[in-house]
Amino acid sequence: METRDLIIVGGGPAGMAAALAARAAGVGDVLLLERDQHLGGILNQCIHPGFGLHHFKAELTGPEYADRFVELVKGDPGIEVRLRSFAVKLTKDRELSFLRPGALEEVKARAVILATGCRERTREMILIPGSRPAGVYPAGLAQKMVNIEGWIPGREAVIIGSGDIGLIMARRMALEGVKVKAVVEIQKTSRGLVRNVVQCLEDFGIPLYFQHRVAAIRGRDRVESVDVVRVDDGLKDIPGSGFKITCDTALISVGLIPENELLEMAGAEIDRRTNTPVAAEVNLTSIPGVFACGNACKVYDLVDWVTRDSGVAGRMAAEYLAGGKAV
Amino acid sequence: MSHDVIIVGAGITGAAIARELSRYRLKILILEKEAEPAFGVSKSNSGIIHAGTQNPPTSLKGWLCVEGNRLMREELSGDLGLNFVQCGQLIVVFDLADLPELENIKTEGEALGVKGLEIVDRAWLDKNEPNLGPDVKAALYVPSAGIISPYRFVYALIENAVKNGAELKVLHKVTAIRVKGKEGFEVVAGGEVYRARYLVNAAGLYADEISAMAGAATFKITPRKGEEYLLDKKREHIARHIVFPLPSKTSKGILIIKTSDGNPMIGPTAHDIGDKEDLSTSDEGLAEVLAGARRMMPSISGGDIIAYFAGLRPVSGKDFVIRHEDPVPGLVNVAGIQSPGLTSAPAIAVMAADILRKHGLALEPREEFQRARPRPAHLFQIPPEETRRLIGKNPSYGDIVCRCELVSAQEVRDAVKRGARTLDGVKFRTRAQAGRCHGGFCTTRIMKIMQEELGLPVTAITKRGPGSELIKEERE
Ligand SMILES: Cc1cc2nc3c(=O)[nH]c(=O)nc-3n(C[C@H](O)[C@H](O)[C@H](O)COP(=O)(O)OP(=O)(O)OC[C@H]3O[C@@H](n4cnc5c(N)ncnc54)[C@H](O)[C@@H]3O)c2cc1C
Ligand SMILES: Cc1cc2nc3c(=O)[nH]c(=O)nc-3n(C[C@H](O)[C@H](O)[C@H](O)COP(=O)(O)OP(=O)(O)OC[C@H]3O[C@@H](n4cnc5c(N)ncnc54)[C@H](O)[C@@H]3O)c2cc1C
Repeated sequence: METRDLIIVGGGPAGMAAALAARAAGVGDVLLLERDQHLGGILNQCIHPGFGLHHFKAELTGPEYADRFVELVKGDPGIEVRLRSFAVKLTKDRELSFLRPGALEEVKARAVILATGCRERTREMILIPGSRPAGVYPAGLAQKMVNIEGWIPGREAVIIGSGDIGLIMARRMALEGVKVKAVVEIQKTSRGLVRNVVQCLEDFGIPLYFQHRVAAIRGRDRVESVDVVRVDDGLKDIPGSGFKITCDTALISVGLIPENELLEMAGAEIDRRTNTPVAAEVNLTSIPGVFACGNACKVYDLVDWVTRDSGVAGRMAAEYLAGGKAV
Repeated sequence: MSHDVIIVGAGITGAAIARELSRYRLKILILEKEAEPAFGVSKSNSGIIHAGTQNPPTSLKGWLCVEGNRLMREELSGDLGLNFVQCGQLIVVFDLADLPELENIKTEGEALGVKGLEIVDRAWLDKNEPNLGPDVKAALYVPSAGIISPYRFVYALIENAVKNGAELKVLHKVTAIRVKGKEGFEVVAGGEVYRARYLVNAAGLYADEISAMAGAATFKITPRKGEEYLLDKKREHIARHIVFPLPSKTSKGILIIKTSDGNPMIGPTAHDIGDKEDLSTSDEGLAEVLAGARRMMPSISGGDIIAYFAGLRPVSGKDFVIRHEDPVPGLVNVAGIQSPGLTSAPAIAVMAADILRKHGLALEPREEFQRARPRPAHLFQIPPEETRRLIGKNPSYGDIVCRCELVSAQEVRDAVKRGARTLDGVKFRTRAQAGRCHGGFCTTRIMKIMQEELGLPVTAITKRGPGSELIKEERE
């Protein structure tokens, strides 16, 4: 089995920052695996501005922010980028298998950084009852449909949860002529950034219902309506407060979960509630020589902090490889 | 255009009958109202190949279940490349005072011909089913029970029937039936008229309406709803057997079910309802299922749930309704196929063929009948060497579409080639979108593959047939 110095799984902002930092810290050989056909991760579908205010002191869109790193990564001969390469297995001895069109490959690494990002929490995880028609999408999937494919998922939408992706999609859909009838949030405040509540909802006259929950999704083939009910401070339904909103689309924006299945497979300790690695410090895992950074390590609001912390992960890996510290 | 037999309904019952009849020199037509087979009751159930226990020894469903179980183990699973897993089942009691009830189930099961039944004590359970809660005192061990993917069972039967000459028409809802005496039936479906000497009614929840259309309003179907909750694959090994409590009057109770794709499942509830289209789940159903499952295995929690659904058992009295309707010569009803209908289907099919023969249909074997159907390739089921071989044959098996369940672009293409027309159809065949992210990552990619393979605009791609289009508009 071939052995590489550092393998990084995931070519989003976290993986790219880690690769560049590891190189700068002296690692000679980096293999960067990305399952998609492009580097950039989730940033590719975030065509709105709001990225890089801290890191670049400039307001960039997601793809613009990503491109600045893609250029650097591609220009570095010490980083081998493999696209459409999907890591499927990792052992505690850092043996990694990945699939790509045409091959199943196995490589061993002296150090591994997992930068696999997040997936979205689903309707199923918050157990919304009712039927299961077409038109219920995680907000990030709807974002991909609209921004990458140019597909408009519906005509009248309700957003469930006020996470940033939901807020941004409320605006995005409104800009595409979709009637966004409500954002329904069970808590008293938004989980999203204040600037997003203002810029995405208030500026577009989209009602935000705090302390309300969607109690059911209705419709046989396609979403027809959602049942909404008010809740008290203990999150219990307030009797008689229920009402119905007709719509053909329900977007779910109830948070992200780190993708750490590879790490779990390798036998690392994972916090079952948050799905994050259990370790003393950010970027570390319970397996020596295996690091996690970016959204796989913990959910970040801003990509700038992903870049900063992932750079630290790259340097930690370099140090580990240099045999210096028992990280 | 005339057929020997028209079968209404492409659920497990219609599919099994079509495959059984395709052994003979017959022109067979299957009419199905949905966009694909298995979109009725047969897609939403527990996937258990029951042993035959928990049925009265005199019941039709009891002996058809035992025979269906045997056919699965001895013939179909091999012939059709099915992923049948004989994991066995346990029926547990929480009070040793209930032991006589277990003895009774054992005696009744043995009368039906179920083999290997054994009452086991707590020490046996500690060794063989370690996650059971402390309240469980003893159990009946039923070794011949197993699990299967219900929709892939239907698809295998239908594909094999079609391979052997049967014709399938989906999106063909039967809306009228004219009885033409000796000439048989004229069946109106999908705007066309089809003729056949014999009509087999396997229309599930709507079998009462089809029978009435043909002039035999002899029974009524009541839906009995069952809610089921799937757990994360990480909990795959929570149970080694399918675990049952003692049965109630209307159902086998809330179970802990192993599924052949790995995710354990808990459920189903059993409540008679009025609406044949009501597949909604409820907060009450969830609470009932969790309480029932946790009584047997307290370590199961709501946080393990990754998906849920409801199914409707088509119930007409206590037993199946399988008979020739004498006042309407040529009409065979195969109705009220409640649980254990999935298990019984292969035996029901043999029985239906026999009824047809008794009523004058000549069953001449076709020498060219091909009983075998190769098992479709699924990366998630095979070892790395096999994966390598597949990718060597076709690089597209290395192109992963669904990351949660490890499904390649080629598997999605294969599914479409084998008949998938909808996102649900792709999901049922391949498991793409069936994992923890629920299609968050792969839905657009699958839609594009379907678009390519089917030559459709993306606005025509549906979740489960007309009316369930996924997007409203495509922009440049
Ligand atoms: C919809 C949305 C809107 C956002 N808006 C803003 C904003 O306005 N401003 C801001 O600063 N931040 C925003 N963020 C946050 C920021 O984009 C993320 O914090 C950042 O992209 C996380 O980077 P990452 O590299 O950890 O993960 P990702 O960008 O998700 O990258 C992970 C990469 O790993 C790959 N991968 C995963 N598993 C495997 C595997 N097994 N094998 C190979 N490759 C794999 C994936 O394909 C992906 O490319 C937003 C995030 C989202 C989701
Ligand atoms: C919750 C639940 C759990 C279960 N668990 C098990 C189990 O573990 N093991 C087991 O053995 N059994 C189980 N069952 C029972 C089993 O699922 C059913 O017995 C079986 O699926 C019935 O199959 P069917 O083909 O008769 O009906 P269906 O699958 O409903 O097929 C009938 C078909 O007819 C079509 N149709 C209806 N009307 C028309 C029309 N007018 N024109 C054309 N087509 C029409 C429908 O669209 C449908 O596809 C369970 C059932 C439920 C609900």
